[in-house]
Amino acid sequence: MAAETSAPATGAGEREPNHGMRIFIIWLVLALASDLLIWFVLGPHLPPGDLASAANGQQFDIKVMSAMAAPVMVFVLIQFIYSLIVWRHREGDEEDGPPIHGNTRVQVTWITLTTVIVLCLFGFGTYELVNGPGAGAGSGEGPSPIVNPPGAELTVAQQMAPYSASKPLVIQVIAQQWRFTYRYPQFGGFETTYLAVPQNQWVEFDVTSIDVIHDFWAYQLGVKADADPGVNNVAYTKPLQLGSITVRCDELCGLWHGAMYDYGSVMTQSAFQSWATASQAHFADVTKMLPPYATTYDPTEIKQLGTVLVKLGLTGAGGGYYPPNDPSQP
Amino acid sequence: MAIETEAGTTQRPGGPDPVGTPGAGAWWARPALHTGVIGAIIGYAFGHWLGNYWAVPTANSPAAYQQIGTSDGNDFAIVLGYTFMLVGWLIGLGVFNDLVKLMLGKRLPQNGHEANGGVAKYFRFTLDHKVVGIQYLIGMIIYFCTAGLLAMGIRTELLSPVHHVFSSSVYVEIVGEHGTMMMMLMTSVILGPFGNYLIPLMIGSKRVAFPRIEALSFWLTPAAFLVLLSALPLGGFHFGWTGYPTLSVQDTSGADAYAFAFGLMGISMILASFNILVTVICYRAPGMRWGRLPMFVWGILGTGTMMALAAPILSGGMYMLLLDRTAQTAFFTDNLGGSTYLYEDLFWFFGHPEVYILALPGFAIVSELLPVFTRKPLFGYKVASAGMIGVTLLSFFVWQHHLFDSGIDPDMRPLYMLTTELISIPTGFIFLVGMGTLWKAKIRFTVPMLFCLAFYFNFLIGGISGVYLSDVPADTTEHGSFFVMAHFHYTIMGGLIFAFMGGCYYWLPKMMGISLNEKLGRVHFWLMFIAFNSTFLPLFAVGLAGQPRRVFEYARNLTTLNDWVSISSFFLGVSILIFIINFVWSTVVVRNRETGNPWKSRGLEWQVSSPPPADNFETVPVVLSGPYEYGVKDAPPVADLNPPVGVLAAGLSESETARAEA
Repeated sequence: MAAETSAPATGAGEREPNHGMRIFIIWLVLALASDLLIWFVLGPHLPPGDLASAANGQQFDIKVMSAMAAPVMVFVLIQFIYSLIVWRHREGDEEDGPPIHGNTRVQVTWITLTTVIVLCLFGFGTYELVNGPGAGAGSGEGPSPIVNPPGAELTVAQQMAPYSASKPLVIQVIAQQWRFTYRYPQFGGFETTYLAVPQNQWVEFDVTSIDVIHDFWAYQLGVKADADPGVNNVAYTKPLQLGSITVRCDELCGLWHGAMYDYGSVMTQSAFQSWATASQAHFADVTKMLPPYATTYDPTEIKQLGTVLVKLGLTGAGGGYYPPNDPSQP
Repeated sequence: MAIETEAGTTQRPGGPDPVGTPGAGAWWARPALHTGVIGAIIGYAFGHWLGNYWAVPTANSPAAYQQIGTSDGNDFAIVLGYTFMLVGWLIGLGVFNDLVKLMLGKRLPQNGHEANGGVAKYFRFTLDHKVVGIQYLIGMIIYFCTAGLLAMGIRTELLSPVHHVFSSSVYVEIVGEHGTMMMMLMTSVILGPFGNYLIPLMIGSKRVAFPRIEALSFWLTPAAFLVLLSALPLGGFHFGWTGYPTLSVQDTSGADAYAFAFGLMGISMILASFNILVTVICYRAPGMRWGRLPMFVWGILGTGTMMALAAPILSGGMYMLLLDRTAQTAFFTDNLGGSTYLYEDLFWFFGHPEVYILALPGFAIVSELLPVFTRKPLFGYKVASAGMIGVTLLSFFVWQHHLFDSGIDPDMRPLYMLTTELISIPTGFIFLVGMGTLWKAKIRFTVPMLFCLAFYFNFLIGGISGVYLSDVPADTTEHGSFFVMAHFHYTIMGGLIFAFMGGCYYWLPKMMGISLNEKLGRVHFWLMFIAFNSTFLPLFAVGLAGQPRRVFEYARNLTTLNDWVSISSFFLGVSILIFIINFVWSTVVVRNRETGNPWKSRGLEWQVSSPPPADNFETVPVVLSGPYEYGVKDAPPVADLNPPVGVLAAGLSESETARAEA
């Protein structure tokens, strides 16, 4: 073959080593090692943890994708590093390399393999999205979600009827510059700034906004849903363990986007019920002034907005919650 | 008559040259940058006055001013100011001079190619694609460095989660300016300088198809750049580079600058792409068939296609945003019948092809350079071109993966998951071609080659992290976090900008006739490569740990990682500074002459002297073989630069006969 006869580095009696086999062996060892590391060592610690069903599903997806990506990445890197070391230009060698224009077998194999990997990933991702404990992926699915947990088949009236542990807890997330508030329609529709959810019960987040686009990201719950004005964006999760929750706004929403965060917690069923009942009584005055529960709100229709904000402890100048002169710490 | 002056300029390959700018007169009396600035100032003053005049309250409509101004400024006056400023800028530059002359039936006095004229020609509206290429090069470096400095500001602020260098407002303004400037202007960072300069040389043409449109595409970029910067004195804009309403509708007047500049850059992209597309399709020399087209040309062809199809959507979306802000339309206001989703779809229908507009030129440069420095033919030429075409086509079918959490129809998510994952197949072709070309090669570690190799390393990480983002469940955690930010910096900075640097070191000897200092080049490369990875690799972890983008405050336990990233980014800044020093030192101070073919490349552009003669080729060359036939015994030269008399005419008449028969 022209490729072999024109390679001057190979001496007369010297046999050209089997580069393909060498690369394959190095790849096999490293790919196996990295996959074992990913699956057993790194895997359990991958974000976003396992506090809730949706988070669990995401963690599993990230783990599987890493296990599939690592061999590909290792292959390309080894191929490059091997080539750069073995086939580097030697001083004094001014000849051109072998004229290899292509290799049909290699090309067909590569295209087939990458296509198979991609289709597998697609099948896996779709299955994970609609099946299993992480179904729905905790992401905002709009007003008519396709993935529903047990109990979500109830009518709206049944869902909004007073709380029971056998159906999903509905929490409305209302975003505004630059706070999230949480409304509990199954507890008389009180509104609070603290996110409390019960353990081992499906939670339905109905996310909306009254001004610009925000994004409700409850990191440990594995929930992320855009808060669009005039839109009810629904996301599901099931908290599995007790723990604290960090909520951040994940869509740039103006000056104080960076300060739009708060905290919450996953409580036991009984602790949650007593918290919710106490909050319902505590906020009774405010709840009376709020507009009736709805999936979306028009801010201009909340007549006593100022009073409500003060009662909720959200004070500030100019319609915002922070003084207008940019304090160093909000 | 006007038509008579056009008689000689039939558009056939290598046909007579374009005629253009007048040559006589003192420098200050000729249209150039300074007259453009004067025109712009007069235009802005007039437009702003007109806007305020129309908005003055009258007896019939006492509240006219309030109706037109949506925020604290009169947005109507500002937008009209920008519009007339643009018209004044173009009139001042002399863009319309030739058109007016032709309409009056006057002869255009001078050949469009600038054989001499010193430095002054770079400050003028010129019809020479080689001058426009250099203008683009300098312009792009200025834009890149400006936006890069803003990035340094972002990282300075993020040194501490509690102590603030900037106010929250200034921080968000810097973030928006950095993102927008990079994303809108860097679309042309390779197509502008290298595409415009080199493509006629690579395809054996004496000219580009539409020299006026090409020059106009460049002269719109400084206008877009300055309009975007003018947002800062207007109070900045506070919605990042994506400009989602209703935030962008309610924002202060800086948002007008954002929408106007971005829309304007969209027009520049449309113009630039049409010129490139028509040039490649219609101006190839005889023998330059599709199977011999250099990979760089294939890549730019794909880029141009995406620009031509995607940029109009951008310009349209920005125009609608401006109307929402000035004329009280409500395209994007939910409770008035509009929809924010409309904007999100319009934006990302442009925005996702755009990231491939930023990636494909990188693929193009590395595929072009690899054979030269491995001294081997490109492995799988057809696979490489299929990869470029595949990316071009698929790029239009993936945009809703940006909206997985937004509340779009959830049934659509698997489809966009599939299309997004499919695009990794043609991207994989580029890697296959790279690996195949390195196989049994004679690899020379020159500075351009180092940048190409770094491109593959960076794009591997950028590409594979992109597959994570296509998976809906994994995306729920990663969307909108620093993970995404690290991902696209790996593909754009690590891909496009590394390829651009490689292109600079490789082609500057051709374009300017000087070579850049190699030692400084190596220092630049290693510092940039290490600092880049040290900056962006930890950001994947930062994002997965829960830090959203565009925040000025973050969790305290992420301080160490953020500090590491910030300090690395300053080193990255230093590496770019070394490049600038090298560039200025080599092109202005030392001027190490390079006239031949320093890389022993077979590329057609290297077969003429450096810098190329005013007309590129004395006669139109006849291309005899492909550009990558390294090591092929008895391979014919790439082209016959002085084809025997009659060959060209015969070829042309043949093709004309064929056309007539068809």
